[in-house]
Amino acid sequence: MARTVLGFEAHETYGANKAKTLRTNKGMSATEGTTIMSAKDFATSQEVRWCPGCGDYSILKQVQAAFAELQLSRDEVVFISGIGCSSRFPYYMETYGMHSIHGRAPAVASGLKIARPELQVWVVTGDGDGLSIGGNHLIHLLRRNFGIKVLLFNNQIYGLTKGQYSPTSEEAKATKSTPMGSIDHPLNPLAFALGVDGSFVARTMDRDPRHLKEMILRCHAHEGTAFLEIYQNCNIFNDGAFQAFTEKESKADAAIFLEHGQPLRFGSNSEKGIRLDCFRPVVVNLEKDGFSAGDLWIHDEKDICKAHLLARFFDDPARREHHYLPRPFGVLYAAERPSYEKMLHEQIAAAIELKGEGQLDELLAGAATWEIR
Amino acid sequence: MSKAVEIQQEVTIKFAGDSGDGMQLTGSLFTDNTALSGSDLATFPDFPAEIRAPQGTLAGVSGFQLHFGSREILTPGDECDVLVAMNAAALKANLQHLAPGSTIILNVDGFDKKNLRLAKYEEGENPLESSLLDGFEVIRMPVTKLTREALAQSELSTRDKDLCKNMFVLGFLYWRYNRKLDSTLDFLKQKFGRRPALLEANITALRAGYHYGDTIEAFTSRYEVKAAPLEKGAYRNIMGNEALVIGLIAAAQKAGLPLFYGSYPITPASDILHGLAAYKHFGVRTFQAEDEIAAICAAIGASYGGNLAVTGTSGPGMALKTEAMGLALMLELPLVICNVQRGGPSTGLPTKTEQSDLLQALYGRNGESPVPAIAASSPADCFWAAFEACRIALQHMTPVILLSDGYIANGAEPWKFPRAAELPSIEVRFRKARDNDEPFLPYERDERFVRPWALPGTKGLAHRIGGLEKEAGTGNVSYDPANHEFMVKARQAKVDKIADYIPEQELSIGPEKGEALFLGWGSTFGLVKSVVKDLLAEGYAVAHAHLRYLRPFPRNLGSLLQQYDKIIIPEINNGQLCQLIRSDFLRDVIPYNKIQGTPITKAELKGFARQVLGDSRPPVPQ
Ligand SMILES: Cc1ncc(C[n+]2csc(CCOP(=O)(O)OP(=O)(O)O)c2C)c(N)n1
Ligand code: SF4
Ligand SMILES: [Mg+2]
Repeated sequence: MARTVLGFEAHETYGANKAKTLRTNKGMSATEGTTIMSAKDFATSQEVRWCPGCGDYSILKQVQAAFAELQLSRDEVVFISGIGCSSRFPYYMETYGMHSIHGRAPAVASGLKIARPELQVWVVTGDGDGLSIGGNHLIHLLRRNFGIKVLLFNNQIYGLTKGQYSPTSEEAKATKSTPMGSIDHPLNPLAFALGVDGSFVARTMDRDPRHLKEMILRCHAHEGTAFLEIYQNCNIFNDGAFQAFTEKESKADAAIFLEHGQPLRFGSNSEKGIRLDCFRPVVVNLEKDGFSAGDLWIHDEKDICKAHLLARFFDDPARREHHYLPRPFGVLYAAERPSYEKMLHEQIAAAIELKGEGQLDELLAGAATWEIR
Repeated sequence: MSKAVEIQQEVTIKFAGDSGDGMQLTGSLFTDNTALSGSDLATFPDFPAEIRAPQGTLAGVSGFQLHFGSREILTPGDECDVLVAMNAAALKANLQHLAPGSTIILNVDGFDKKNLRLAKYEEGENPLESSLLDGFEVIRMPVTKLTREALAQSELSTRDKDLCKNMFVLGFLYWRYNRKLDSTLDFLKQKFGRRPALLEANITALRAGYHYGDTIEAFTSRYEVKAAPLEKGAYRNIMGNEALVIGLIAAAQKAGLPLFYGSYPITPASDILHGLAAYKHFGVRTFQAEDEIAAICAAIGASYGGNLAVTGTSGPGMALKTEAMGLALMLELPLVICNVQRGGPSTGLPTKTEQSDLLQALYGRNGESPVPAIAASSPADCFWAAFEACRIALQHMTPVILLSDGYIANGAEPWKFPRAAELPSIEVRFRKARDNDEPFLPYERDERFVRPWALPGTKGLAHRIGGLEKEAGTGNVSYDPANHEFMVKARQAKVDKIADYIPEQELSIGPEKGEALFLGWGSTFGLVKSVVKDLLAEGYAVAHAHLRYLRPFPRNLGSLLQQYDKIIIPEINNGQLCQLIRSDFLRDVIPYNKIQGTPITKAELKGFARQVLGDSRPPVPQ
């Protein structure tokens, strides 16, 4: 044992030298509270190591912009991530953060939120991290409804491990691990989130910064678990996966943007809409089919049944048939449900109310004691 | 008519019946009553893995063994002096553990044709009528019939009345051992307070059993075991998992931190979760996670947030937690990981005891990943071990593995409990908030090589941590080769350094130099000490040391080992501590291993010791 301790001491100069070459904490000039936070104040000195052109940059930028808009304090925010390109996120946010292990960020975040309900806890995960290895934890985070925001960067690929298919990859996808095409049926993240009773379920994309920021702000405002799927382009291993929804030529017809209380309309001139024929959503052309806006499905974020239908708008744009339904973006569902940590602390308070604050001496003695004299 | 009372020094009694017969409850109620009478005691509950194994079968037999006496009691006893058998299977499963001449109390109603067949007695064979029980004192009681008669007035169904059989037997034993009924009456009132019919039936059955002893001429003797000469002070009876729960809460209070416990149910660790969930008024936050991985990860999150974070499980759950343990070690956050060991590998023997997760605790992670490990040695010691595990975790910013096992987790003994004020406080320092622009160094180390604990929400300390290798000082991600080597050594040195903050190894009994040292760890404490005590009395120059600290070892362990010619290591595994001692000290050792899911008996270890030590005793002067 002494051997290693000595070995350590011999090396110690190494640590000391290193300590001198540290980044300086890019502090804000004045005391917090009086300072105006800008998006840049949320950036760290760490060199961002995503591939040039990666969709992750846009997400980072919009999160920083949204936080500046909210004037959040850097000290009250914690980012917890798993493993993947996306999960490097916390290193680039000048807040508290933990880059944990593959798939487990929701569990780490849950414990933190129980310990410190007052903190703003955000989880960043990927389609592999959150839906493959960590799918179980995501289920339980959502159904418990912790006050945690989850940003799921969906690039339909394993980026960090260099391009294997993921649970959200489309059928028949050829990757290094599926040379003859994937035979896995793809997972639908929003149907999944609604299926486990997530209380806030939304979708956005890296290429629409305005919408992306708006969704981040909506997540922040939600009390329970906010689940935001973000279509994110991996230009190295899965370039253009969401092209149909993100690119100008096709976006208007392939994507539909939801707004609470508004009819479901899309198309380059908003000429198309969705009508509910009993339980069947049908696309109608307002200019040609003789319907008016009043005939269309009015989006209601609080309607869980309709949210399930919307989540099922999952047709593959590449295999567009005449029943093709556009992919919805925006908040599919948002409901109020008490958060897990709130109920947990209420139970503790109720127990104290009922039994009085626990006394260690009583606990040590237990119910029955005797004396040896 | 009062009958003569015979004084006995010690008694080992076993309650055995169908797993639905309530033998565990009967045993623990008798144990609580015994504890209050002041005798020293040790218990060994032994139950089937299935909640309701097929009724009446050998697989369904549930047993509870209690050894109590007016002298120091260190083990639950090798053989029984008294067996209570509620049916044929219970008799068959336990007959071989009976000392010659011992007493068997039989429920003859449990020996009908069906019961005999289920117990796999030969067609037409009935132990009650054969010579099988010759040489034993046999007390035959039609317990089912007598209980039903006693409850003739009750409105309960026959099925519910039959559930009171165990109270009848318990009442009879209270008569036999000259006890008061109060502790059990109190318990019943607590339990059935809201169901008066059940309460009355249980009390009636208990009293009926007691009076049965008094009125039936057949039984001539009553016995009494006096109080043991224990150290002065206030005592209570305690089981291992219960002690562990209290130890965790005590540590949290002494550290001034909220306690967080994340767990996923698993035998034999679940009672820790149940226990802590009932102590919400101590501010305890329990979290039944979706699996063991989530349980430890949630605990890591809570630790990052500044709670005293604990997770608990048994072997299979430990296997699942390994990756997250590595994370905790890399993050250098305090965390206590309790492993109540059971028979392995895989699902193994869920309700049986074993000490086979020692090497897993020390080595079961990827990479160079030193984690301190400590072990509890008896039911009451689970309190002190838990307290100490928390202290080390908090003061050295490290995950700590706390090893208990099924035997001590469910076993009980009297405990001279401390007062809260006598417990040492556990000093915890969080890094303070600040305004200046000085860089905050989350991986800067103090004289113990310990990094600061900086809580989210603290002004001016925002920082990122993670499982990727960290640069010394800054904690930034670093792939620098020299930095990695430095950090590997730094993490090792930090754990090694703990040796400076733990007590030196002491002997539990025996001379400081001698022929042989019995070196044990964990739940074998009582057994090894009592064997060494006997060997000393026989004139052997032997001693006993029991390890609480398994990593790092106490500083003086190497020199202590040199004081003896032989090192004998008894373990309920295939020789795991042996490997550690051999590799750490280049010292050969003599293993004694039993891997049958049950504790080592005194007779077994003593027999082995005599064989190894031969006639090394000095000649007895004539
Ligand atoms: C336990 C474990 N298994 C496997 C890996 C290797 N691994 C790292 S990231 C990753 C997939 C990440 O995919 P995704 O979550 O989609 O993140 P992306 O890189 O696409 O952002 C895998 C398999 C690991 N780090 N840990
Ligand atoms: S591999 Fe793909 S996801 Fe990862 S950083 Fe590069 S572009 Fe982004
Ligand atoms: Mg991905």
